[in-house]
Amino acid sequence: MRASEQGWPLWEVFVRADRGLNHVHAGSVHAVDAETALQAARDVYTRRAEGVSIWVVRSTEIVASDPDRRDDWFGDLKPYRHPTFYEIPDAIGHM
Amino acid sequence: MTVTDETTEAALQERFDATLADGRKIEPRDWMPEPYRQTMIRQIAQHAHSEVIGQQPEGNWITRAPTLARKAVLVAKVQDEAGHGLYLYSACETLGISRDELNRRLHEGRQKYSSIFNYPTLTWADVGAIGWLVDGAAITNQVMLTRTSYGPYARAMIRICKEESFHQRQGFEIMHTLATGTDEQRAMAQDALDRWWWPSISMFGPPDAESVHTEQSVAWGIKLETNDQLRQKFVDQTVPQADYLGLRIPDPDLRWNEERGHYDFGAIDWDDFWKVVRGDGPCNRERLEHKRATWEAGAWVREAALAHAAKKSGRDTTTEEAR
Repeated sequence: MRASEQGWPLWEVFVRADRGLNHVHAGSVHAVDAETALQAARDVYTRRAEGVSIWVVRSTEIVASDPDRRDDWFGDLKPYRHPTFYEIPDAIGHM
Repeated sequence: MTVTDETTEAALQERFDATLADGRKIEPRDWMPEPYRQTMIRQIAQHAHSEVIGQQPEGNWITRAPTLARKAVLVAKVQDEAGHGLYLYSACETLGISRDELNRRLHEGRQKYSSIFNYPTLTWADVGAIGWLVDGAAITNQVMLTRTSYGPYARAMIRICKEESFHQRQGFEIMHTLATGTDEQRAMAQDALDRWWWPSISMFGPPDAESVHTEQSVAWGIKLETNDQLRQKFVDQTVPQADYLGLRIPDPDLRWNEERGHYDFGAIDWDDFWKVVRGDGPCNRERLEHKRATWEAGAWVREAALAHAAKKSGRDTTTEEAR
């Protein structure tokens, strides 16, 4: 294998569109280190000033829940946690 | 395969089918049938390669754009094409294939890119015609793909479609400027339309009856409209635009069909289309050779970056705290 084919590490890119908003996953870039990953992420995902801040995280560092076990994680719906579970008489108005 | 495996496989398939039936997205870590994964890799890779190769015909005019403003716009557009390629490679890699492998398959001719980029850009009007027609056709397809069944592909498409609108409008503006200019400029615009019209409407692929992938792709929610439906949509919206420009679409059979509520149009020369797909278009060899040459010429940069990173490792290279 040629030296250049070792493959640059993969980084996940998160962009914050504006102050007060969350960083949102935008995609990924390949880069040899954190600094160039940030620069590549800026060039690839924010050509139109889509963000005020970028995070890059090594893809291998992301720990994810198993989507096949979604019900174990998120299946406990507990509708009584939602306000619409409770009926309020019309006379009371908006609550 | 044991009985348990078969049961599991059937259950997984059932869940996959149910997800699609509900109109929900398939995500990278979901189980998916191997043919779906391979189809997705083939399609997203071909799309990514098209964006990257598509830089060549337009890049050809960067040094010869008529004004500095036109040049700045064209550079921004070509940069977008590179960006679109990268969004799509990023989406494709979520299917478990490496960037190096995707590059290798393109360079070895094992994966294709859109045949439209195998035509030459002979005049400045071609830059206008590409934005107006080629990007216009691509948008028609890509708007559909924002609702495609594979999540990362659909999300990349949303990002791309937002940016493509600029591409088509700048192309139309170039055509409009030429079409309202001198006789020579009008002739240049007409010549570009004459050469790009048929390749553009061929971009949607073979007719439904002959398309090998369409039926399965529709079943999997990858395509939501067929080649012929998309082609009709593009023709319907483009003919009035050509009329507005005062340019003539080079199709003697083109006419409004009151009954269908659509434009009828002439037969596409599919022999020519397949000739270009198979590698015998005007620029196939040039495009791929150029791509391979730049890949080889850039090897030292990739190696140097890795060497630099290796030398620096051990030091904290993060410049700003994530906050």
